[in-house]
Amino acid sequence: MDAILLQILNGLDKGGAYALIALGLTIIFGTLGVVNFAHGALFMLGAFCAVSIKAVLGLQKVTLSETETTAWGTPLEITQPYVEVWFGDLGATILDYSVPVSILIAIPVMLLIGIIMERGLIRYFYKRPHAEQILVTFGLAIVLQEIIKSIFGANPIPQPAPDSMKGMIDFGVAIGFDAGNVVYPVWRLVYFLFSLFVIGLVFAFIQFTTFGMVVRAGMADRETVGLLGIDIDRRFTIVFGIAAIVAGLAGVMYTPILSPDYHMGMDFLVLSFVVVVVGGMGSLGGAVLAGFMLGILQSFASMNEVKDILPGIDQIIIYLIAVAVLLLRPRGLMGRKGVMEG
Amino acid sequence: MSKFKMNRRTLLKGTAAVGVGLATPTIFTSKAWSAGYMNEPKGGTVTFGFNVPQTGAYADEGADELRAYELAVEHINGGGDGGMLNTFSSKALQGNGVNGKKVEFVTGDTQTKSDAARASAKRMIEKDGAIMITGGSSSGVAIAVQGLCQDAGVIFMAGLTHSNDTTGKDKRANGFRHFFNTEMSGAALGPVLKNNFGTDRTAYHLTADYTWGWSQEGSIKKYTEQLGWKTAAAVRTPLGAGDFSQYITPVLNSGADVLVLNHYGRDMVNSLTQAVQFGLRDKQVNGKDFAIVVPLYSRLMAQGAGENVKGIFGSTNWHWSLQDEGSKAFVKSFGQKYGFPPSQAAHTCYSQAILYADACQRAGTFMPSGVGAALEDFEFDGLGNGPTLYRGADHQCFKDVLVVKGKENPSSKFDVLEVVEVTPRAQVEYPASMLGGELGPYNNG
Repeated sequence: MDAILLQILNGLDKGGAYALIALGLTIIFGTLGVVNFAHGALFMLGAFCAVSIKAVLGLQKVTLSETETTAWGTPLEITQPYVEVWFGDLGATILDYSVPVSILIAIPVMLLIGIIMERGLIRYFYKRPHAEQILVTFGLAIVLQEIIKSIFGANPIPQPAPDSMKGMIDFGVAIGFDAGNVVYPVWRLVYFLFSLFVIGLVFAFIQFTTFGMVVRAGMADRETVGLLGIDIDRRFTIVFGIAAIVAGLAGVMYTPILSPDYHMGMDFLVLSFVVVVVGGMGSLGGAVLAGFMLGILQSFASMNEVKDILPGIDQIIIYLIAVAVLLLRPRGLMGRKGVMEG
Repeated sequence: MSKFKMNRRTLLKGTAAVGVGLATPTIFTSKAWSAGYMNEPKGGTVTFGFNVPQTGAYADEGADELRAYELAVEHINGGGDGGMLNTFSSKALQGNGVNGKKVEFVTGDTQTKSDAARASAKRMIEKDGAIMITGGSSSGVAIAVQGLCQDAGVIFMAGLTHSNDTTGKDKRANGFRHFFNTEMSGAALGPVLKNNFGTDRTAYHLTADYTWGWSQEGSIKKYTEQLGWKTAAAVRTPLGAGDFSQYITPVLNSGADVLVLNHYGRDMVNSLTQAVQFGLRDKQVNGKDFAIVVPLYSRLMAQGAGENVKGIFGSTNWHWSLQDEGSKAFVKSFGQKYGFPPSQAAHTCYSQAILYADACQRAGTFMPSGVGAALEDFEFDGLGNGPTLYRGADHQCFKDVLVVKGKENPSSKFDVLEVVEVTPRAQVEYPASMLGGELGPYNNG
């Protein structure tokens, strides 16, 4: 039982990332009709926002040692972050919390990246076939990841969680298990709660604001909304920016779980598309539901007891479910009639 | 009773046979034999082909390999400070190229994909006239390129490849490996694990699901079970899984008190980071401190895992902090040129380039069979690993193996590993027949 509970927790934090990426994909597809294969790259760019901010905060004051030398004979460099030189313990704390601090910077940066992407490239493909949209956005994703690789290198760059969130929480004690049986990393629970918070914000924004109402109307009938004199294009640009922020924040907060490298976006992209298809193209609720569901099922499929019966099932479970859903319910779990049909 | 009849045809045949017979002893020792082999250099230069990952997940390792090769070429041609040529026990190379020819090089990008690596090696052999191919950061790639070089008739000097198969069941006459293998890692780690963790342990393996992972898992299981350790489970994980949490959580309550991560590269960085996140490094099981072991360490990768490597044991082919004269000369030469210390990938590639050039010089030819004969059972020293043998039976180098541990208090971002034991060569040697395979004959193209 404790093993099952642990796998559910695993699935929830992994599902949180799937859901956030799939949510952005669905918003873009639902409003703009664009199949955005560069969305995984936005997740990766968010992660590298965290890397960049940590690098800036960690800029080092370098002094050359007068007594010690390196193994190759040059004077040894003694380094200390400027932020610690200037602010002492406060500086060290800021550096320690670089990942949460990055959220504040990543929001405007990702909004800007989203707007530039939409205005500079994506809008020219609104009325083009989906195949062309996929080709151009996939190409864009490759360009973005190569740029990141040329700047940051190919190796993963560690981004530790703040010291106060590095430990484990004994989750089991609270629900009646023996101490130590269901322990889980604090940061992963933080990530799960953070994903719920962001998902809630997006839903509230779309459901309860005038802007959101127009977006929903645009998703239902873009042409009629335009005829009513509403500048739907400008709003859709902002929608793209919001989707970029959601993917970017998912990336920022994921960095302590997975050391970021240039390829991490591609790793999530395919899975996120499966999540969107299973949830139902254009359905925000479906994307979230499918994200968590597939995260949990993937975790269960990795249990040794399951793999003993079905070897290799952990590597194909998500695709098997996608096939099953498409056969039994072609619109996906919560798909709307008419989307990607006919 | 037959009667011998001499006619003009018989006389001609007999004369030819006698002529060949008389010439044979000198033919095999003279440079005249060098006529007619693949990419025989005609002018004043000879071209080496450096096939390294320039894109993809191991691009940083590939870049370090390329730096090392450029340094080796510089030293072979008489430039720079000479590096390990000054400490190398063989003094055949004089700093004026090889066999009187200046060394030039071409490069290819393996992308750490077998198909791409074979295509770039083929291009360097067929279009650029490369006399030898070297490099790489993956066993799958090494085995694929080794096969291609065998068929093409050029020598392959493997780069970073750690699977037993490269000089085991997939060995080829034209292929040579300086890097160690999983069998040696197991043999070196076994006693250190016994000394640090005792003999009453239960190990849980997470293994990358491809040739190197299987090889590593087999070797480390063999040696830990010989110590008396039990194996709780050996779970295969997909290459590039990213998030390993669903494979790590079953370890928590499995009863195992050691986690062996048979992962390399990104997988190693991620699985180790996540294992530490799940508290495994600080956990107590069966009244003992939980331990994590990473059988193959790479300093470049260890940097990616950051502080998570602290206290974690593993093995490595070479480390820049070694204090023998060869290592010091190489670190000085490399550090002065590039501003940071070389990785183990750089070291093995530099050594391979020097060993190949030296063998050509000693053989007086670039012909694969002649160079191979010069490398086979060649004993040398001064290249950073102590006295080393290039065993003729499987073309595998035998030398000391380093057992390392993640450093608790690193003094710089390069100073992440400390050498805890230099396992003597005798302890990691094994009979060539143990890993199977056949070298077959040399192919000169």
